[in-house]
Amino acid sequence: MQILLYIFKRILQTIPLLIIVSLISFFIIRLSPVDPLAELKLNPSVSKETLQRETERLGLDKPIIVQYAKWAKSFVRGDLGVTSNGEQVSAKLKERIPNTLLLTVVVIFLTWVTGVPLGIFAAVHWKSKRDRILTVLTSIGMAIPSFFFAVLLLIFAVKTGWFPVGGLTSSDFLEMSFAQKIWDVTHHLILPVAVLFTISLAGLQRQMRGNLLDVLDSDYVKFARAKGLSEFKVIYKHALRNAVNPMITLLGFEFASLLSGAALTEYVFQYPGLGRLILEAVLRSDINLVMASLMIGAVMLILGNLIADILLIITDPRIRRKEV
Amino acid sequence: MFKEIYIQLIKDKFAKIALIVLGVIYAALLFADFLAPYSKDFSDRTMSYVPPSKIYTIDENGRLSMPYTYNYIREFDAENLRITCRPDRSKKFYLKFFSHGHLVSVENGGRLFLLGSDINGRDVFSRLLFGGRISMTIGFLALLVLFPIGLLYGGISGYLGGKTDIVMMRFAEAVMSVPSFYLLIILASILPAGMTSVQRFMLIVIILALIGWAGFARVVRGMVLSVKNQEFVQAAKSIGASRLRIITKHILPQTTSFVIVAMTLSVPSYILSESGLSFLGLGIQQPDASWGNMLKEAQEYTNIIYRPWLLTPGFLIFIAVLSFNLIGDTIRDVLDPKNRD
Repeated sequence: MQILLYIFKRILQTIPLLIIVSLISFFIIRLSPVDPLAELKLNPSVSKETLQRETERLGLDKPIIVQYAKWAKSFVRGDLGVTSNGEQVSAKLKERIPNTLLLTVVVIFLTWVTGVPLGIFAAVHWKSKRDRILTVLTSIGMAIPSFFFAVLLLIFAVKTGWFPVGGLTSSDFLEMSFAQKIWDVTHHLILPVAVLFTISLAGLQRQMRGNLLDVLDSDYVKFARAKGLSEFKVIYKHALRNAVNPMITLLGFEFASLLSGAALTEYVFQYPGLGRLILEAVLRSDINLVMASLMIGAVMLILGNLIADILLIITDPRIRRKEV
Repeated sequence: MFKEIYIQLIKDKFAKIALIVLGVIYAALLFADFLAPYSKDFSDRTMSYVPPSKIYTIDENGRLSMPYTYNYIREFDAENLRITCRPDRSKKFYLKFFSHGHLVSVENGGRLFLLGSDINGRDVFSRLLFGGRISMTIGFLALLVLFPIGLLYGGISGYLGGKTDIVMMRFAEAVMSVPSFYLLIILASILPAGMTSVQRFMLIVIILALIGWAGFARVVRGMVLSVKNQEFVQAAKSIGASRLRIITKHILPQTTSFVIVAMTLSVPSYILSESGLSFLGLGIQQPDASWGNMLKEAQEYTNIIYRPWLLTPGFLIFIAVLSFNLIGDTIRDVLDPKNRD
């Protein structure tokens, strides 16, 4: 019950955050010299009346505060307006968000499965040659610009022909059986996942290593050792549990950096995700689409942090006692 | 503290190599006008996508000769439907050293493309040097802008505490809640067209700073909280110093040396951001060069497969960022109190 109360409180806290985010993004976009109706005005088939209606809908003839209120009202109602091609923004987002989520969830899963053991390994072999090699390897992983790595992998894919280039599905996707579909998507995911995995693995491995080193230095671990427990038991039964807790906080941040990092990777691989959508929207100065995807990006990020926080109170009893 | 960091950097093998690499890169950028065979704006439209010039020191008779090179002839290969280049062996062009203020250049009529040329027939090697000036300094400049903002913001928030602190930190958190790359491309895309290249460069610096200040302000706030109740602050208060004076003269100096070091650790991320932005065509614009916008051409399959020399800026970004990271690792080790033993 107390946990539920805390979670509820935590959710309430995100509301002012969202309002500030929306204010920031709204003012950035509206105060820019970009005319939101430029595209429509250039289109000769659009009549004066339509333009007038669109001006009224966005409240462009009114002060900016009123415009914001109008926009916020329709956003809460789920009406995100239309793109410059006349499609519904919400439909477009609905199509892209699952793809980006798929990509990020797969990457997060893989980085955790490899990053945490590698971090443990490095901490256990602290200051040894193996630890040093891992540090250098992760430095290399962090230093490759994501888009450049993506381009290199594209060359590889084109030259060997082992991987499909671009997109998430093949052209004959709809005629495939279920198993074939899964294989097709996996096949398309391998390269983008490889890029994001390489880049985010480093941070995770280092964090894990640092946490475990911190914990191994603490008194209760020394006590466990003094008691004569085997090193295996000391590390995996006592130290590890506490070392993993801060990692959960990192989960939220990782999600954030993945959303950002994914944009460039999606762009290079022509992956139909949110990052590429916002990029295309920005390049076409499609205001409605930019606003909506910016907000959705922020919502996803805040949700990621929220989930991490909730996981943390479930795993770490100390926080429960402090916060509630 | 700085001395300790210096000693560690010299002692650590990787950090030492990284320092030397960065030293060489920055020296090369400083003397770009001298080292580059061509000026920044040089272009020869008849020589687009020419592969790197080969330099010969042994002539066709097997005798040692002054270094020379051949020009390339571009031909249309009707079978594969693409343009190929082959060296024109009818005329040699000897290299000239230290003439007209360039380290290496070539006789009249010859073209020396050490790393090939791009679509406009510009020398990739020269542009790498001039572009590096932008790519390798933009991070430091962004930090210079962000430094006072974050310091003051975090300082005020942490020192005043209470409601002010809550509101200020909520705002900073909100800025951090927008995926940074999304914010980056949106800010870059609303920059008005038709700016001079210097204006554009400055605005990109400011945008990079706008993205980064919030996280920095939070770190500063945390440090201010830990020192604000110490005796020297109370002493300043009791002699009637104003709040702004206490923050800027007494509290913030306590944090600066740590902060300066911590900030340099974030330089590589700005280099990466700028290159990503320019890669998309939203950062530094043609005809100016930056490593990111030079890679823009690598977006086309034909380019990356038939003209691999266009990828060189990517390797340079990689080497520069890796060097910064290796130095950063060593600095972090020194700062970490656990590693003092």
